[in-house]
Amino acid sequence: MNSSAPVITVRNLTMAYGNFVLQRDLNFTIDQGDIFVIMGGSGCGKSTLLRHMIGLKPPAAGSVWYGSDNFWELSSEEQASIIRKAGVLYQSGALWSSMTLAENVALPLQHYTDLEPDVIAELVTFKLSLVGLAGFEEFYPVQLSGGMRKRAALARAIAMDPDFLFFDEPSAGLDPISSRNLDQLILELRESLRATVIIVTHELASIYAIATNSVFLDSNSKTMLATGDPKTLLQQESTHPTVLQFLTRGTGKREVCTV
Amino acid sequence: MTRQARYTLEYPHQGTLIIRFAGTWTLHSNIPSSQELSSHIGQDINSIAFACDELEKWDTRLLIFLKTTLTRAYKHNIRVDEDGLPPGVRRLLTLSKAVPEQTASSRPATDNLVTRVGRSTLQAGSQLREIATFTGEILLALLGLLQGKVSFKPRDFFYFVQVCGVESLPIVSLIAVLVGVILSFVGAVQLQMFGAQIYVANLVGLGMVLEMGALMSGVIIAGRIGASYAAQLGTMQVNEEIDALRTMGISPVGFLVLPRMLALMLMLPLLCVYADIMGILGGSIIGVTMLDLSLIEYLEQTRKTIQLSQFGQGILKASVFGILIGFAGCLRGMQCGRSALAVGEATTSAVVTSIVLIVVSDSFITYLLYR
Ligand SMILES: Nc1ncnc2c1ncn2[C@@H]1O[C@H](COP(=O)(O)OP(=O)(O)OP(=O)(O)O)[C@@H](O)[C@H]1O
Ligand SMILES: [Mg+2]
Repeated sequence: MNSSAPVITVRNLTMAYGNFVLQRDLNFTIDQGDIFVIMGGSGCGKSTLLRHMIGLKPPAAGSVWYGSDNFWELSSEEQASIIRKAGVLYQSGALWSSMTLAENVALPLQHYTDLEPDVIAELVTFKLSLVGLAGFEEFYPVQLSGGMRKRAALARAIAMDPDFLFFDEPSAGLDPISSRNLDQLILELRESLRATVIIVTHELASIYAIATNSVFLDSNSKTMLATGDPKTLLQQESTHPTVLQFLTRGTGKREVCTV
Repeated sequence: MTRQARYTLEYPHQGTLIIRFAGTWTLHSNIPSSQELSSHIGQDINSIAFACDELEKWDTRLLIFLKTTLTRAYKHNIRVDEDGLPPGVRRLLTLSKAVPEQTASSRPATDNLVTRVGRSTLQAGSQLREIATFTGEILLALLGLLQGKVSFKPRDFFYFVQVCGVESLPIVSLIAVLVGVILSFVGAVQLQMFGAQIYVANLVGLGMVLEMGALMSGVIIAGRIGASYAAQLGTMQVNEEIDALRTMGISPVGFLVLPRMLALMLMLPLLCVYADIMGILGGSIIGVTMLDLSLIEYLEQTRKTIQLSQFGQGILKASVFGILIGFAGCLRGMQCGRSALAVGEATTSAVVTSIVLIVVSDSFITYLLYR
């Protein structure tokens, strides 16, 4: 099933807000079925990198390739058809506040498929039960806790069984157990739906538990310092000290921390 | 390329059913009805197995189909052998059951008529209390200000002054000039019949100064500023910014509401005077171009008609309108719920409330002054 060609390639990407350059010369590839982690300190541009990859913000320079298509040179219809295959979990959840959870999850299904309403309702219940929110269909986002909102947003992200899943700090605001369940869920989703997962996270435990590939952004040098499997990066002699600091939580001891 | 989703039923021996899936089972494919299949699952069957060797592609659509089948099978106590299913399907099925199901503590119930009537009556009561509390908080903040305790950032205040003063000038000019033109048109048609064109100046001057200047600037500001106050405070409510102020011991009323209201109270009377002048100029355009009056004649007639106290009357009204608009806008913003929809409602309601209050208070003041 795995094809050898990368599904997403980022080439010489420069990210900037106006004249303020966040990162330059980002180069990395993501393979089919990868769980790709974007690491880096707060404010170094991780969420912005996601925005470049999901078509919300054109790069200042460089390109993002989906397979053999240069995303930012495609027509807007072609871009839309790629983005349709992506599910996104935003850092703030971004549930639509005027709709119930069921309506939130159902909206993409109603929009892009010809399914009967009762089938959609069953799909919605199923997706909500995957994130442990069965029975909350009729609740509005304001009536939920922060962590529940996050999980509801996850249910919405997977509503269409996407090929690409983009998660911006999915485990922030979750207790350790839920956070571990979420890791488990992400692994399951990748296995079962054969999705490629791109995830921004600071949780070392989950980085070691699930990542198969990664990139490390640094805000001082304004560029990436490493890419590859974090467990390998941890052992390699050539790994940049800043990355090691991050991966060892500042202790410098090269051991995989697990929970 | 992709083949139609279908399934076949096989009965290898008595009481055993094998469901063989084939083709593409995704959200975008045409899936056979699960009722059809359910009708085959009955008393005469005691075990079900699956075969998926011809299954090409699947996603959660297949799982939904299976769930219906499985539910029916469990109801009839039929043994289900899931081994034939793809590993991913099996895992997702277990997952959807395994995640500890949190049961909703209180499902939002739909109320009956009596409950709804009762609730809205109680709400009306608490509305009144909220308004009273809000007024009290504003007065307290104002009192603090008079004692020299500035509870907001001066920069905020000057920003609001700029937005509702200088930046409102273009639209106020346009509307006031046109109102002046309209008034003088209406008057000219009647007065020309008696050869009394010069009294158009009286009509326009008094009309603008006593009534239209204050009313028009009030309505414009209600739409421009009242609405934006409600939207600003409403959005801050949504983002929990107002709660953040409260927990830091900063009074949101002193910090957010007071500078906004002061800016309005200060600027609306000035805008009203400005609108008066623009209206008179608008009237003079008609006087000069259509009624053969000279500009000097027209303005002299206006000067003779209007007394300073009449200007004062307009200014009084404008001050009251300013307070009411600020009050309605900020109150609706602070009462706003936590959703995008609620922000919209707050904005609309701020404008409607302001305009109603403007017209009602206008009639009331006029009545008091001419009683
Ligand atoms: N709309 C914007 N306009 C200007 N600058 C922005 C904008 N959004 C973000 N930035 C800046 O870009 C930088 C990176 O922001 P980004 O949200 O990508 O960080 P991040 O790596 O996701 O951080 P965190 O881990 O805290 O979420 C920040 O310094 C921020 O100030
Ligand atoms: Mg971020």
